Amino acid sequence: MNSGGMLYNILSLGVPFSVALLLASLGEMFNQRAGVFNLGCEGIMCMGAFLAFLPPYFLKAGAWAPYGNLLGFAAAMAAGVLLGLLFALVTVTFRADQGIAGIGLQMFGWGVAGTLFRHYIGGVTGVPGLSAWAIPGLSRIPFLGGILFNHNPMVYLAFLMVPASWYLLFKTPWGLKVRSVGTAPRAADSMGINVNRVRYQALMLGGAMAGLGGAYLSLCQARMFADDLVAGRGFIAVALVYFGRWSPLGIMGGALLFSLAQTLQLSIQVGGIKFPYEFAVMLPYVLVILVLSLARKARMRGPSQLGIPFNREMRY
Amino acid sequence: MNSFKLGYISGVILLAALAAAGTGALVLTAVGASPLATYVTIFTGPFKDMFGFTEILVRAVPLILVALGIAISFRSGIINIGAEGQMLMGILAATATALYLPAGLPHLVLLPLVLIAGAAGGGLWASIAGLLRARLGVNEILSTVMLNYIAAQFYTFLLRGPMIDPGELETGSGTPQSMRLPHSAWLGRLVPGTRLHMGLVLALVLAAAVYFLLWRTTWGFRLRAAGAEAKAARYAGISVERSLVTAMALSGAFAGLAGAVEVTGVHHRAIENISSGYGFAGIVVALFGALHPAGIVPAAVFFGLLLVGADMTQRSAGVPANMILVLQGVIILAIVSAKMYLNNAYAQERVRRFFARRPALEPTQPGGKS
Repeated sequence: MNSGGMLYNILSLGVPFSVALLLASLGEMFNQRAGVFNLGCEGIMCMGAFLAFLPPYFLKAGAWAPYGNLLGFAAAMAAGVLLGLLFALVTVTFRADQGIAGIGLQMFGWGVAGTLFRHYIGGVTGVPGLSAWAIPGLSRIPFLGGILFNHNPMVYLAFLMVPASWYLLFKTPWGLKVRSVGTAPRAADSMGINVNRVRYQALMLGGAMAGLGGAYLSLCQARMFADDLVAGRGFIAVALVYFGRWSPLGIMGGALLFSLAQTLQLSIQVGGIKFPYEFAVMLPYVLVILVLSLARKARMRGPSQLGIPFNREMRY
Repeated sequence: MNSFKLGYISGVILLAALAAAGTGALVLTAVGASPLATYVTIFTGPFKDMFGFTEILVRAVPLILVALGIAISFRSGIINIGAEGQMLMGILAATATALYLPAGLPHLVLLPLVLIAGAAGGGLWASIAGLLRARLGVNEILSTVMLNYIAAQFYTFLLRGPMIDPGELETGSGTPQSMRLPHSAWLGRLVPGTRLHMGLVLALVLAAAVYFLLWRTTWGFRLRAAGAEAKAARYAGISVERSLVTAMALSGAFAGLAGAVEVTGVHHRAIENISSGYGFAGIVVALFGALHPAGIVPAAVFFGLLLVGADMTQRSAGVPANMILVLQGVIILAIVSAKMYLNNAYAQERVRRFFARRPALEPTQPGGKS
């Protein structure tokens, strides 16, 4: 294989691989901008991946079969909203410690998905999933066409979410509210903004996006479900928010960097260079730690009230 | 403590317990199991015979050790989620020490060396996260979670490759496991015929030691001060950064020791899935035990019961073992929520006023309610 062909393969695989991380991470960005650190993202992704897998699995050949994937995405988003609400109840209303509550939500989501999966399905089974849809015209551009415009529709949707999230966060009144409750909740409160309500809304939106990210994994990327399908991507998504400095564009860059590193490692394996498999699997996790170590100064630009519950009745 | 405060506290705890049990029951119903019957099996099944009872304590040993470490880290203001990985590193270090030291070392020399190696393995692995937090401000929750995934891969790599039992290669079965440890590295059995081992005594002694260390020494006070209020501690001349690293290393050492005890006491060789979620369950135990050794020991026994009981329901009622994760998750959520209301004088006052508005609930005459 010549190097051009290899580069093409890495890039055209890397773009769709980044989608699950991108969706979950954009959702987590809204959570953190509103001041809530949601580590339960991993658990929400597990539930999303599992619930999205169910409709196409059960509707194999029925009259509703063509809508299986659509129903799957809807179910994943609904579950994400519900788990986001649960997390909001615990961390916003009850003002519990967000880091530990996040680990609780992760165990809960992972456990529920695994329990239901083992009971109703049992073994690993594939689903047809979403097929690629080449954008007419654009996909014929040499080299770039295959990399950017020959994927399943969710890929285009996810990348459209980047400017959409930017617009929502920086150009709409709601986005301003989100940013204000994350940096100056007391000031926002005296301006008549209901801090906790905005945090609830952000957590629901973040949950829906994490659910969608999970759904992408089971319906578009792996086309099956297993207990450990998500494998820490939810935590990586949280780390990417730091890396991307709480901006949609930065997060997109981070998600692409990660998926490219992963596809590079895959193609090294295929290329026949001997490298223990386990070390290849480690790579993204090592990368997260490196990225977090290098992103030290980024914290200055982050929401200053990140992780601190708002208590309207306390004045100090 | 007046009777209202007592009622308030028990009310909060009861509500939290009901919420947790109710959520668990929902999931159980979803998999077609009767929640009541399942809970009854979980909580009474293990007591049916001596073996089940000792099995609870066998599970409680690593839980006590891991939870003690987590309590140290949480009290010192650094959240260690990486006990699972630290346990694996402890197991590797302990196994390697037992296998590759010259054969023929006496029991009293080899066993302590093996346990110390396990603690060192876990402690070193954890101090990566501690140093990253202290020096570079890396969020320790994320770094310890990532270190868990890395440790799990490293563990499988060693068991499949360099450390695999040569016998497995000869027979061709290729089960990823290490050689059997020499007898002189085994922890003795407490009750013959069961798996209960001397690790229980070690865990109880260490629980007392942690209490003494954290609450009865200046050094422990420094750790807790840095955790309770970093700014004040720094003003008082305590190096918060150093205390974070120390706490994390110590916390990892306990997890590593738990791994070493598990390998020398129960399995006698490093196998896959040896940590079986103790690292995560330990977090729940530590929180359930109010981050205090006196609470952790009973909490560990309770969760040991839960683990053995959940195994039994898997066999008898076909409830998948993942159910234990669900329960642990809801218990964490319930504990952290309830905690915010237990010491909240303001919320307590509101509840008191709410009930005071209804005269029927108040004693009508002084002394009407003893």
